[in-house]
Amino acid sequence: MTTAPSALAPASAVAAPAARPIIEFRHVTKRFGPVVAVDDVSLAIAEGEFFALLGPSGCGKTTLLRMLAGFETPTRGQILIDGEDYTRAPPNRRPVNMVFQSYAVFPHMSVSENIAYGLRMDGVPAAERRARVAEALALVQLEGLGDRRPDQLSGGQRQRVALARALVKRPRVVLLDEPLSALDAKLREDLRFELSRLHDRVGITFVMVTHDQDEALALATRCAVMHKGGLLQVATPADLYEFPSSRLVADFIGSVNLFEGRVRVDESDHALIDLPEAGITAWLDHGTGASETVQIWLAIRPEKMELHKRGTGAPPPVMEGTPEGHNVVAGTITDIAYLGSESVYAVRLATGKMVRVIRPNLTRWDQEDFTWDEPVWLGWHAEAAAVLLQ
Amino acid sequence: MTRPANAPDLLDYSRRWPLRLVLAAVGLFLYLPLLVLVVMSFNDSRQTTVWRGFSLRWYEKLAGNAELVAALGNSLLIAGLSTLLSLLLGTLAAIALWRFRFPGLGLVAAGFTLPIVVPEICMGVAMLIFFTRILPWPQDLGWPLALGPIVIAHVAFIFPFVAVVVRARLQSFNREAEEAARDLGAGPWRALVDIVLPHLKPSLIAGALLAFTLSLDDFVITFFTAGPDTITFPVKVYSMVRFGVTPEVNAISTVLLLLTVLLTAVALRVQAIAGERLAP
Repeated sequence: MTTAPSALAPASAVAAPAARPIIEFRHVTKRFGPVVAVDDVSLAIAEGEFFALLGPSGCGKTTLLRMLAGFETPTRGQILIDGEDYTRAPPNRRPVNMVFQSYAVFPHMSVSENIAYGLRMDGVPAAERRARVAEALALVQLEGLGDRRPDQLSGGQRQRVALARALVKRPRVVLLDEPLSALDAKLREDLRFELSRLHDRVGITFVMVTHDQDEALALATRCAVMHKGGLLQVATPADLYEFPSSRLVADFIGSVNLFEGRVRVDESDHALIDLPEAGITAWLDHGTGASETVQIWLAIRPEKMELHKRGTGAPPPVMEGTPEGHNVVAGTITDIAYLGSESVYAVRLATGKMVRVIRPNLTRWDQEDFTWDEPVWLGWHAEAAAVLLQ
Repeated sequence: MTRPANAPDLLDYSRRWPLRLVLAAVGLFLYLPLLVLVVMSFNDSRQTTVWRGFSLRWYEKLAGNAELVAALGNSLLIAGLSTLLSLLLGTLAAIALWRFRFPGLGLVAAGFTLPIVVPEICMGVAMLIFFTRILPWPQDLGWPLALGPIVIAHVAFIFPFVAVVVRARLQSFNREAEEAARDLGAGPWRALVDIVLPHLKPSLIAGALLAFTLSLDDFVITFFTAGPDTITFPVKVYSMVRFGVTPEVNAISTVLLLLTVLLTAVALRVQAIAGERLAP
């Protein structure tokens, strides 16, 4: 298999999968009057991926998906599906099928008629149509409901009809527009697993648009984080979370503590970073490659921070992989939110900076029993922090 | 609902006698003349004001009146053609206003609804001038073609009504349903026929009945566009009334009334069903 052409260097260079791309956006720009909805996006999606376009509303993710489906035409750039140029092809001539946000189940047709509609458009003979509709109904676990009218179905069932309707055509790519946003929380979780199962089973490439980071992290094999029409970072969910490329990504995916800093020592096996906001110098177990003259940010996830008792003159703890006196800072607990599976602590440092710490509630009562206004040591391991240059 | 607990139920108001009295008075005012008209059409007398016994003779006389029957035929044909054309034009206008965003959209939309508010007499005079000056209709075309001006005039003032009804229905259409059809392989026409039109069906039926009724009982505009050989039913009735109100006219009016009421009732019923379906 050939690798992605050099034209789409920036996006696909990050964790580009070895498989050949089924979808390629080449310098795609979309303007609506004076508004630039999508700004020079280049992106390759490999066959079989479950790809998520993630971002806040208005970031251009839906426009990108609609251009892929053929409902919008790019102002500039090219869209290739399976190596062929589909930039200007109408929606009915594309090997992709979409699951709409409202599901858009045809209200005047039965479930079976809905699913058969696409096959009828393709001129599939009636006998084969029946067999494939039955197969699709089984795939989404709606056996026996083929004669129902859409208004007799629950929201979750309607979504399955929309899925079956898209899958029955055996498209190269299935597009999902906020597939779970119209469902209540409990159902959302069930269907999340089901979508994942379906993707594994049919082996078709899925491209999903979502504003829900949990949904993207749970479902996608790879995510693109979008912001103001551009791609911020394209990576696996774990890489997005653990190795964000910028403050925007770190902030959008999960929550994060950000400290402004400046590199003081940068060796290949460790680095020292001054953090004036925390009043200490942080120790990092790897080099940063950042110039000592530029400002950087240190990002530390709340669950990667530790709390230790500080009352009665207890000495500062030593963090794993860190020389004594680094990565530990004194603070006071100002607020505690008990969330059941975990608790979130708001800690004020001596400098006034607020830091969030998450501790899982591993036992049914907290052995250490941190409480309001308690003086604590706040610390993190040498590998816990990510250095952000922008 | 934030109505105070001690407020009377809506139904309670109708149980108070002054209100009932007003209600009865309004009812009489509205329907008594019509009732008299219908009753007198069965009167066995040449006098329209004195009751002499039940008879169907005026209806028999109607059926024997060749001119009147011809006028009724004209009216039904005109109403049928006007309904078809108005339905087509009105639906296309509604879809165009819904589908496309273009400069001057508001102006075009207002232009389409203008014939609804323009006084009929103005429309009538305008049509008269139009068919004498701008599009002179040949006089010797023979029967069905001679009805052309009336049909054109009717379509011009009726299709905006259809457009209004269809536009209202389009507001509740989920655009994603049409996109889904396109996505599943339907061309633009196919998606329109398979997905948009079924949604519009109740409004098309209601619009058609409305159009038929409007055309059937229109007098003013028809009067200005009718020629000597193209008399419609209402125009014929008018010419008969000029020589005095006979029980025969009562009978004609009853027939027309029945037709109109029937069609209106069907239109309302269809709209009510559509409304129920819209509700979740």
